[in-house]
Amino acid sequence: MCQECGCGSGGGDVKIGPPPHQHDHHHGPGHPEHGHAHTPAHGILTLNLNRSLMEKNALAAERNRRLFRAKKLLVLNVVSSPGSGKTTFIRETAASLTGKLRVGVIVGDLATDNDAARLRTAGIPVVQITTGTVCHLDADMVAKAASQLNLDQLDVLVIENVGNLVCPADYDLGEDLRVVLLSTTEGEDKPLKYPPMFHSAHVAVITKCDMAAAAGFNRDWALANLNRVSHHAKIFELSAKIGDGMKGWLDFLGERAATTQHK
Amino acid sequence: MHEVSIMSEALRIAVDAAKSAGASRIVKLRLRIGKLSGVVPEALQFAFDVVAHGTMAEGATLEIETVPAAGWCATCQAEFDCVDLFNECPRCHNFSGELRRGRELEIADTEIS
Repeated sequence: MCQECGCGSGGGDVKIGPPPHQHDHHHGPGHPEHGHAHTPAHGILTLNLNRSLMEKNALAAERNRRLFRAKKLLVLNVVSSPGSGKTTFIRETAASLTGKLRVGVIVGDLATDNDAARLRTAGIPVVQITTGTVCHLDADMVAKAASQLNLDQLDVLVIENVGNLVCPADYDLGEDLRVVLLSTTEGEDKPLKYPPMFHSAHVAVITKCDMAAAAGFNRDWALANLNRVSHHAKIFELSAKIGDGMKGWLDFLGERAATTQHK
Repeated sequence: MHEVSIMSEALRIAVDAAKSAGASRIVKLRLRIGKLSGVVPEALQFAFDVVAHGTMAEGATLEIETVPAAGWCATCQAEFDCVDLFNECPRCHNFSGELRRGRELEIADTEIS
């Protein structure tokens, strides 16, 4: 193309050249060097765009945020690797808040509605998003799922993201709090391996603390790593299964929900 | 898969702009990708070949400009180079949580004909 023969490249806003020049050689890729001037390009224009590739999601997330604020909902985006205990954590959180706060859940998975079924059994309003091959939830998916819940009947909306510590980090869903889980059965250095996700979280929860001894979990190292990457995040240590440490988390959630309702 | 979503969005923006300008082809797309964006340039190239197939951008060149990461140290009031998200300031060794550059996912421009 023309930049290969040194003509017509350049910046600026939209550049529009005169019509292509007329002559008899072909203008396919790699046409030979030749004597005449190529001023300007072979009808090639540069369109300056300078736009974020996340803009579409950012706009959808802002729409979600406005809707959630109008409904006085506290919205959590719960992220972790697969098997860190998101569903159990959400189910026990919702169950413990019965009579205090009304919790609804949106669950994202590549396939099956097993997680939704587990939550529904506990009497929690839940909508399952099956993403197929998509490795994260985006703001549009959440908007569609939220429209299937009666938001006026909820105080807290929990979004259980797809189990993945990479891609969901880049997708704002319109949440108030991003909650990342790290289970004691995973490596203590997960925060160092997946810094964007841990860095973006407002809350970090160490789960399965009842398994810590059996898993040989090095608590000090895990906390040091969390403090390094998620230094601004509020950290909780708990076992949703046996209930240890849940009170601190539930109190925090209660305070945040109250703040949201008085906004 | 994440790269496919990002590349589809880049293509959508470029095709919209190219069509509005009355172009018949997109010959080049230039992206600005931050070093710490979490997106792999090789995967973007692969995704581009897939999503551009059968569109006006098929066969176009994809150019990726990598943006180095820079942190901001509030103590020194100066920027410093970052290799990851939790670098300390090389001058005062304080930790900085403020990343000034390095997470960009942008389309810079497109060349059309």
